[in-house]
Formats: sequence, structure tokens, C-alpha cells
Amino acid sequence: MKKRSILILALIGTSVVGSVSGGEEQGFAQWMMTFSRTKEVKAVDHELYAEECGACHYAFPPGLLPIQSWKKLLDAQELEDHFGENAELDEDDLKNIQEYVYANSSEKSYHKRARKITRSIPEGEAPIRITEVKYIKRKHHELTDEMVKGNKDVNSLSNCNACHTQAEEGVFDDDTVDIPNFGKWDD
Amino acid sequence: MFFRIFAIACAVILCPQMGQAQNAARELQNIYATQGTVDFSAERGGAKWGLEVQSKSGDRRSCSTCHGADLTQAGQHIKTKKHLEPMAFSVNKERYIKTKKIEKWFKRNCKWTWGRECTAQEKGDFLEYLLAQ
Repeated sequence: MKKRSILILALIGTSVVGSVSGGEEQGFAQWMMTFSRTKEVKAVDHELYAEECGACHYAFPPGLLPIQSWKKLLDAQELEDHFGENAELDEDDLKNIQEYVYANSSEKSYHKRARKITRSIPEGEAPIRITEVKYIKRKHHELTDEMVKGNKDVNSLSNCNACHTQAEEGVFDDDTVDIPNFGKWDD
Repeated sequence: MFFRIFAIACAVILCPQMGQAQNAARELQNIYATQGTVDFSAERGGAKWGLEVQSKSGDRRSCSTCHGADLTQAGQHIKTKKHLEPMAFSVNKERYIKTKKIEKWFKRNCKWTWGRECTAQEKGDFLEYLLAQ
């Protein structure tokens, strides 16, 4: 009897601590209760981020990279040469976007795929390309050049939503993949 | 009496907003005009639109490299392949609603294309040219 009450107390304790320190996404307690919501990657839910970043490319969910990577990418100076493009933002907008992205970066996320991304990156490394993340590379190793670079409707592995039909919702499951000019992905 | 006041109030509130769609560009031109410019010219704007400058990466870039020469048509970014909606005011008024957005793209694109920011004169001329398309 005593053991059981200790166990219950411990459980309640974990939930309380969890919900306080759970970060931006959701508390540890909620995470324990709602398994269905913790698959995949959290979809972008920040209007300014979606508008500014999405003006030029698929607005990558912040959960696809760890915070150290985002800090390199979203540096004001770096944005002036953002993979060869000028992507300068005014100070207020940049700060607003940084706050959102840092709070939702992969290691802060309880979503399964974001956690796998974090785990696949060796300590101390901060890739600036999502396509350089080991987990992402592994998941795409079966693709041929004809499917990606040589495919005029894809062009680059960085165009997630060219094939991932539910990328906007943060869903990257095999079943949702449809490669233009090649068809649905069939394992 | 009440109706008259109501009508006047509506007019006062609505008037500036109705003009807004085309006036972000004019609004900016008014600001540029305080920065030592001469009258803006669509002709000068058009000439500069096609002016090619060598970039640091070696290729030659002008506005029309990506936006094309016929501004009523869509363009395509030469490197990223991004689809670019038409620039011409006559077919795409969307582009001329927000001053902040216009300024943002002037800054980015002048630097990317010419390696420097555009002057107030150049921006005013470009707007004059684009509004006339």
C-alpha cells in the first residue's frame, strides 16, 4: 500500500514538473497522454515565419534542425548571403522569427521525427542544411539523381514539398510521398 | 441629419483606404522626393531595369534576368527557379499595397543584382516604370 502511494506521488510529481519545464511545444504530461500528436514534426504555426521564409522556399518546420543550426542560419549578417540569396529582414521581424524558431527547434520538440533528427547529429555539430542531417540523408539514400536533381519538378532535395504531399502539415511519412514524373513512393 | 453625418464619416474613413491599393508606391516616391531627387521617369527606370552588372559569382545580372522583359508575364528566379508573379502594376496590384514590402524587396534585390543598395532616384524611377506597365 505504501509503495503504491509513493508510486502515484512520483507520477503526479513527474507530470507537474514536466508541465512546468516542458518548453514551448507541450508539457511532458500532455506528451505522455497524447501519443497521436507526437509523431512527425510540428507544422509551422507562425504567420510571420510562414510568410517571410515561405516567400522564397518551403517554410521548413523549425523541428527539422537543432537550435545551434538555426542560430547560424538566422544570424542577421548570414541572412544577407543565405545560400547565395539576399534574405535580409528588418530587426523586429528577424527577432520575432528567431524567437519562434529557437523555441521550436528539434531538441525542444516532443515530436518523434524531430527527436530522431536531434539524436542523429553528433555532439558539437550544427549542420546548416537539413539535407546534411544524418537522419535525413539516411531516409533519402535510395533516391536517384533522376528523381531529384535531374527532375525538373523537384530540382533539389531541399524542396521537401515537391514530393512530400503533406509537408505543410509537418507530415513526412512514406505513404504521403509522390515524386513528380515518377509517382507514389512504394517501399 | 444623422444620415448626413454618417455619410461624411464613412467617406472620411473609406477614402484613404480606397486609394491605398495603388498608393504605397506613390507614398514611397513622395518620401524619395525629399532625398534630393529629380522628377521620376519611367524611361530612366526602364533603362536601368535592363542594366546588367557583373556579380561576385561571375554571372551578369539585371532586373530582367529574373523578372523578364515583359513585365505583364510571370518570371522565374534564375538560380532558385522560384516562380515570380508579374511585376506590372496593370496585372498585379498586389505588389504595390505595402510600403514595407516594396522597400524590403528593393533592398534585397538591388544588393543581389547590382551588389549595392539602389538610390532614392533609382527606386523612384523603377516605381514610375513599373506603375506604367
